[in-house]
Amino acid sequence: MNKLIGSVKEAIEKAGLKDGMTISFHHHMRNGDYVLNMVLDAAARMGIRDLTVNASSIFDIHEPIIEHIKNGVVTGLECNYMGAKVGKAISKGILAKPVIFRSHGGRAGDMENGSSKIDLAFLAAPCADEMGNCSGKYGPSACGSLGYAFSDALHADKVVVLTDNLVPYPLKDTSIHEGYVDYVVQVEQIGDPARIVSGTTKITRDPVGLRIAGLAAQVVKHSGYLKDGFSFQTGAGGASLAVAKYVEEMMEKEHIKGSFCMGGITGYMVDMANKGYFDTILDVQCFDLKAIESIRENPKHQEISAMRYASPAAKSAAVDSLDVVILGATQVDVNFNVNVHTDSNGYIMGGSGGHCDTAAGAKLAIIVAPLIRARLPLIVDEVLCKSTPGETVDVVVTQRGIAVNPKQKELKEKLIKAGLPVKDIEELKQIAEDIAGVPKRVEMGERVVANVLYRDGTLLDTIKNVL
Amino acid sequence: MKILKNAVAGTLESSDLFIQIEPDEKELTLEIDSVVANQYMDSIRAAVLETLKEFDVSTGKIFIKDKGALDCVIRARMETALKRGGVETL
Amino acid sequence: MRRTMLFLPGNTPNMLINGDTLGADTIIFDLEDAVSPDEKDAARILVRNALKYQSFPNCEVVVRINPTDTEFWKEDLKAIIPLKPDVVMPTKVSGGEMIRQVADYITEVEKAAGVEEGSVKILPLIETALGVEKAFDIASADKRVIGLFLGGEDFTADMHCKRTKEGKEIFYARTRLVCAARACGIEAYDTPFTDVEDMEGLEKDTEFAKSLGFAGKAVISPRHVDIVNAVFSPTESEIEYAHDVMDAIEEGKRQGKGVISLRGKMIDAPIVKRARQVLEMEEAIYGGACR
Repeated sequence: MNKLIGSVKEAIEKAGLKDGMTISFHHHMRNGDYVLNMVLDAAARMGIRDLTVNASSIFDIHEPIIEHIKNGVVTGLECNYMGAKVGKAISKGILAKPVIFRSHGGRAGDMENGSSKIDLAFLAAPCADEMGNCSGKYGPSACGSLGYAFSDALHADKVVVLTDNLVPYPLKDTSIHEGYVDYVVQVEQIGDPARIVSGTTKITRDPVGLRIAGLAAQVVKHSGYLKDGFSFQTGAGGASLAVAKYVEEMMEKEHIKGSFCMGGITGYMVDMANKGYFDTILDVQCFDLKAIESIRENPKHQEISAMRYASPAAKSAAVDSLDVVILGATQVDVNFNVNVHTDSNGYIMGGSGGHCDTAAGAKLAIIVAPLIRARLPLIVDEVLCKSTPGETVDVVVTQRGIAVNPKQKELKEKLIKAGLPVKDIEELKQIAEDIAGVPKRVEMGERVVANVLYRDGTLLDTIKNVL
Repeated sequence: MKILKNAVAGTLESSDLFIQIEPDEKELTLEIDSVVANQYMDSIRAAVLETLKEFDVSTGKIFIKDKGALDCVIRARMETALKRGGVETL
Repeated sequence: MRRTMLFLPGNTPNMLINGDTLGADTIIFDLEDAVSPDEKDAARILVRNALKYQSFPNCEVVVRINPTDTEFWKEDLKAIIPLKPDVVMPTKVSGGEMIRQVADYITEVEKAAGVEEGSVKILPLIETALGVEKAFDIASADKRVIGLFLGGEDFTADMHCKRTKEGKEIFYARTRLVCAARACGIEAYDTPFTDVEDMEGLEKDTEFAKSLGFAGKAVISPRHVDIVNAVFSPTESEIEYAHDVMDAIEEGKRQGKGVISLRGKMIDAPIVKRARQVLEMEEAIYGGACR
C-alpha cells in the first residue's frame, strides 16, 4: 500500500475533491500556516468551485482566501476564530452565505454528532511517516500539540496529511495515527516557524494590565477555589498570563498543590507545573517554544484533543473539571454577555475559540479587561455580538472595580468581605462613561454575515454587515 | 484672533491625539481622523470647536489624528497647538 | 497616609487617566524631569485639564513643578493652583527662603483664583547637600509644608559620590531628613528605589527606610507599588495589638481604673497614639472590611 503522493494537486484528485464539498483545516500553524493557502490555490487552479472551508481558525496569513471567495472557489466558511484581515472582508459582505462560527468544543461536538460533515481534511503535520502517522512535536515546523486536528482526522471522509518532515516508518511518538489517514504529501514547508510560535510569551508590562491581573488573582484567592487540587486555565495574552504569575505567588506562599492547568499552553504554565504547582498539563495547543519542548519531553504534559478539551457531545470533557478560567473580552454588557467576535465598530476580529466552552465548564469564569480602551468603555448596554452567554460568566475584573454576576450571591459576599472593590456592573458602566463620555451606538447593516453557534449547536447570535 | 504660524501638539500614542494647525485668513478647515469616530466624532468635533471659540479663532487649517483621547486631552492639545501657533492666551 | 507616592509623566495622557488605579496612596503628576523642555507647555495644560475634568477619588494628587531657577515654575503654579491639587512639590529645595517664595506665589494665585487660602500643601523635594543641611529650616519655613521628601539621585550627584543599592552614601541624608521632619511634627518620605526589576532589593530598601522612621516612599514604577505599600502597612499582629489596646482602655474606663495595663505592660500615651495611627491606617487600607 502506498499513501505517499507527489503533490497537493494529486492528493486532491485522488481524494476526489469536487465542487460543493467541505474541506477542513486546523490552526496549530497559527499565523505561520502555509497549508490552507496551498490547498485552496491548488483547488482553484484545478477549477474546483463552491467549496466550504471549515478551519478551526482563520488568521491574517490566510488573506488570499478573500480572492478565492470573490472568484467563487470558496462559497462557505466555518471557523472558531477569524483574524481581523479576513474578518473585515467578511464584515463588508464579500461572502453571500453567512460564516458559521463555532467554539473549539462545539466544532468537535458537531463533527462527532454528524451535524458538521467534512469531506476532506488536510492536516498540517510537523512530522509524519509515509503511512500518515503524525505528530506536531518534531521537525522544523514543530507546533507541539495537534489537539484541534483529531476531530478532523476521525470524522472526515478522507484525510490528507501534509508534512515537511517525512521520517522513516514508524514514527516513534505518534499523535494522530495511520488508521485515519488516506494520503501523505511531502511539501517543502507547511509553515513559517517564526510565526507558528512565539520565542517566549511574555507577561504584560502595562501597569493597568498588571493591576487588573492582580485584582483577578485576589478574586481567585478569595473565591475559595485556590486550594489543593486547584485546576486553572488562562490565555496567552499578556494580562491573562500575569494572573498566572500572581496566582503562582499565592500558591507558593500558601503551599498549594494544584491538579492541572489547561488550554493553549505557554512556557509560563510549563514553569508552574515544573515547580510543582500543577501535576498535569492538558495541552490542546502550544503557544511558545518552551511549551513545545515540554510536551515533547515531559510526561506530565499531555496532548489532548478538542473533544477531550471541550466537546459538549462527549460524555465528559476536561472543561467540566476546571475550577477557574481567566478570559478576555472586547465588550461585556450589563447582563454579563461577552463579545469576543467583533471590535467596537462591529468588524469581525476574533471568535470564541474555547471562550464559551471554558466559561460554561469552569466553576469560576473571570473576565479580565481594561474598563476603557482608547476611550471606548468595556461595558455596554448590549454587546454587538453575544459570544459567551452572561449566565456562564461569573466575574468581570477591571482596574476600576470588580463586577460579580448577581446569581453568584455567595461569591459576591466573599469578595466584599475580602475588601475587594466590588461594584454593580451598571456602576462600572457609569464610571467608564463619566470618564470617556457616552459612546454613540454603532449602527450595523441588515444583512447577516455570520451565525454564531453556541457549543451545543444552537444559534447564539448573528453578526450583521458593517455599513 | 488668528493662527499666525504652523504648529503641532500631541502624539500618536493611544489615548492621545496629534494636531497640526496652519494659518488661513479666509476659512476654517477641520479634518478629523479618529479611531473612535463612530462612537465619539460629534463630541470630538464639539471639543475642538469650543476650544477655537474660547480663543476666538474662526479661521485656519486644523488636522487631527485621534487615538482615542478623552475630551480633556483633546481640549489640552488644542490649546497647546493654538498657543504654539501664536494665538494669544485669553 | 502616604505609603506610596507614584511618579507619573505629566505629558502622557494614558498614565494621567489611569494613574489613580495603580494602587498608590498618592500620585505625582510630574512637570519636571519627566517632561522635555519643549513640551513643558503641553504637559502643564494637560495636567491642568486632567485636574479640571477628571476626578481621582482613590488617591491624593501631587504636582511636581519645575525648579525656581527656571522660567517655568510660576507658569506651572498659575495653571494648576486654581484646580486645587492636594499638594505641590517644589524641587531642588535648598532652604526655607525657597519655600516661602513658592508659598507666597501660591497664596497670590489662590487669592486671584478665589481659592481658599492655604488649601494647597507643599511637599519639598530635597536633593542637594545644602538642602539636606537646611532640612529643619525647610520643614519649618511655612505651615503649608506637610513633609520632607528625599531625592537620592540628584543628592548623590551633588555629593560627588556614587548612588548604590545598599545606600550607605545616603544614610546621613535619610536620618537627617527624618529627624528634621519629626522635629517639626511632619512626615518624611524616602527616595525611590531605581532598579525597576529588583523586587527583593526594593523590599529590603523599603524596610530599611521604614526602620529609620520614614512614613512612605516614592516609586517610579507602578510595579513597585504593592511591595512598598505592604512594607508601610501595619502587620496583622500590629492591627490586633492596636485593637487590644483600645479594648483595654475601654475596659479600664468602664471599671474606673487609673492605670491600665495590657500583657503585663502599662499602656501609656505613646502606645495609645501609635494604636490610633495603626487603626486609622487599617481603616484607610481595608475600609474595615477585613475584620
